[in-house]
Amino acid sequence: MTDTPQQSVTATAGIEPGEPSTDVAPAREAAAPARSLTSDAWRQLRRKPAFWFSVVLIALFVAMAAFPGLFTSIDPRQVFDVRQEPSAEHWFGTDGQGYDIYSRTIHGARASILVGILTTVATTLIGGAVGILAAYFGGWLDTIVSRITDVFFAIPVLLGGILFMSAFPSDQSTPYLSVVLKVVAALTILGWPSLARLMRGSVLQVLPNDYIQAARALGASPWRIITKHVLPNSLAPILVVSTINLGVFIVAEATLSFLGIGLVPPAVSWGVAINEGLTFLRTFPHIPLFPSLFLSLGVLAFIMLGDAARDAFDPKSR
Amino acid sequence: MGKYVIRRLLQMIPVVLGTTFIIYAMVFALPGDPTAGKCGDRGCPPAVVAEIREQYNLDDPVPVAYVKYLGKLATGDLGENTYGIPVTQDLAQRYAITGKLALMAIAIEAVIGILAGVLAAIRKGSFLDSLILVSTLVVISVPVFVIGVLAQFYFGVRLGWFPVTVTSRNPSMYQLLMPAIVLASLSMAYVTRLTRTNLAENLRADYVRTAKAKGLTQRRAIGLHALRNSMIPVVTFMGYDFGALLGGAIVTERIFNIQGIGGYIFQSINHRDGFAVVGAVTALVIVYLIVNLVVDLLYGVLDPRISHD
Repeated sequence: MTDTPQQSVTATAGIEPGEPSTDVAPAREAAAPARSLTSDAWRQLRRKPAFWFSVVLIALFVAMAAFPGLFTSIDPRQVFDVRQEPSAEHWFGTDGQGYDIYSRTIHGARASILVGILTTVATTLIGGAVGILAAYFGGWLDTIVSRITDVFFAIPVLLGGILFMSAFPSDQSTPYLSVVLKVVAALTILGWPSLARLMRGSVLQVLPNDYIQAARALGASPWRIITKHVLPNSLAPILVVSTINLGVFIVAEATLSFLGIGLVPPAVSWGVAINEGLTFLRTFPHIPLFPSLFLSLGVLAFIMLGDAARDAFDPKSR
Repeated sequence: MGKYVIRRLLQMIPVVLGTTFIIYAMVFALPGDPTAGKCGDRGCPPAVVAEIREQYNLDDPVPVAYVKYLGKLATGDLGENTYGIPVTQDLAQRYAITGKLALMAIAIEAVIGILAGVLAAIRKGSFLDSLILVSTLVVISVPVFVIGVLAQFYFGVRLGWFPVTVTSRNPSMYQLLMPAIVLASLSMAYVTRLTRTNLAENLRADYVRTAKAKGLTQRRAIGLHALRNSMIPVVTFMGYDFGALLGGAIVTERIFNIQGIGGYIFQSINHRDGFAVVGAVTALVIVYLIVNLVVDLLYGVLDPRISHD
């Protein structure tokens, strides 16, 4: 829903007046100091509590993923008495295997954040590049790209992920990183087409503008036109959707792990912890509670950040 | 209109071919013996192995086997699963359940989502608006498998309002109600936010001011003019969502033990039941594409400015 054409139209249309390399609005510049849309959006963002809330949460989760030692000194694979209630010693209690839940929740952030960030970077780069090329060069390239994105659109993400993961199964001896990369690969293959389509749409909005024609008339190379003029003016929608997608990819990873085909034990991840913990829901609800809470907060942070950014880049909402 | 429909139908052909080929290649071209584990603990006798290889064209290169499969597909034959039951028969049975569940979920998300969205948009900035926005954020952030298990535990086990799992192959509306609500929850949040954003934007449009200036009541100005114009993105979203729901809800069906299309595909993938997977996915993709076409045709009804000539 966020990548409907209507959304990208408003977002790109908003950037055009602030294009720094053109003088389309000298009158406005005389009235107020010229500000690019990016700095305008930034001024908007700074005023929003939701923005700061999500930034702080994301910083926390990234710190957890990078340096879990900052938050806990307990080894996630150290065994204590099983199924203890939360206490001063074990803040979140212990789970069915006797692992410390607090430690496992902190260490579990790495899988989710890693999958989320790697998939988002990969889908944005691939989708963005393909979208720009398809829109800029058009013709048969555009036709082929459109049909390929159609094909991938029709395959549900979860179904494709399950097929991919069962085609390249992992077991307990598979190294952690290669399992993570497999999940990233599955989600990237299924995720890039929607971003390519979004990028294609917003580039098509930018191309007819006078400053592009002017650059062409001055003999600028396609590379220069794309990097200096097209890209800065069509980037906002894809960045916003990518931020929201990061949360979606984290959920997808957790869902695959929940179904038992994403990350598998002994890997420590929120999805795995929830999958194991849900068997204790009736008797020891604290076991699934904490990983679910952290997972939801992680997703919430990225979705809120994307929302705030979209509002800031969309002049209509002001 | 007719021309447009025909063009869209023709465009579907490469999409269906591409999708089925990808799935077919993934299922059949991958390492692992498709005959493994089909005969219980012991290996299959050579005669059975030969029969299976013959039936699935495993001795041909994948493109050839795929073309042979397509030939059968064109006549409506999706092959048999490993139990010898025609895939079409399985699909018909499963689609009855998934279709019912999807219709209920769409109805729930349309009614509650649009209502909440309208309330939030009319009172934009109020406490009610913030409450609705925050609750949609919460619903979007909590993964569906957590919502599903929690709902099953509290409303099914603790309070006993709903059956805990669906035990029947022909479930009643009441049995499917809780799964449908769980399934609808995520999209309900999106429908709410989409309705709110679009309606709030349209309420500031000139034509609404004109309508009010002519003396129309608030109710008529919003209900007749603004709401109808705000519905296009909402209908688009719900259409795509319905197409996706008809593909089955793997997680929800698993939690509530519903014998729908999602569970069928998941089981078939786990059992490496090739024809069942490819057949089900083919059916799902075709249904998805047709639903999308119907959604695009609906635009014209909602907004006469959009025509398909």
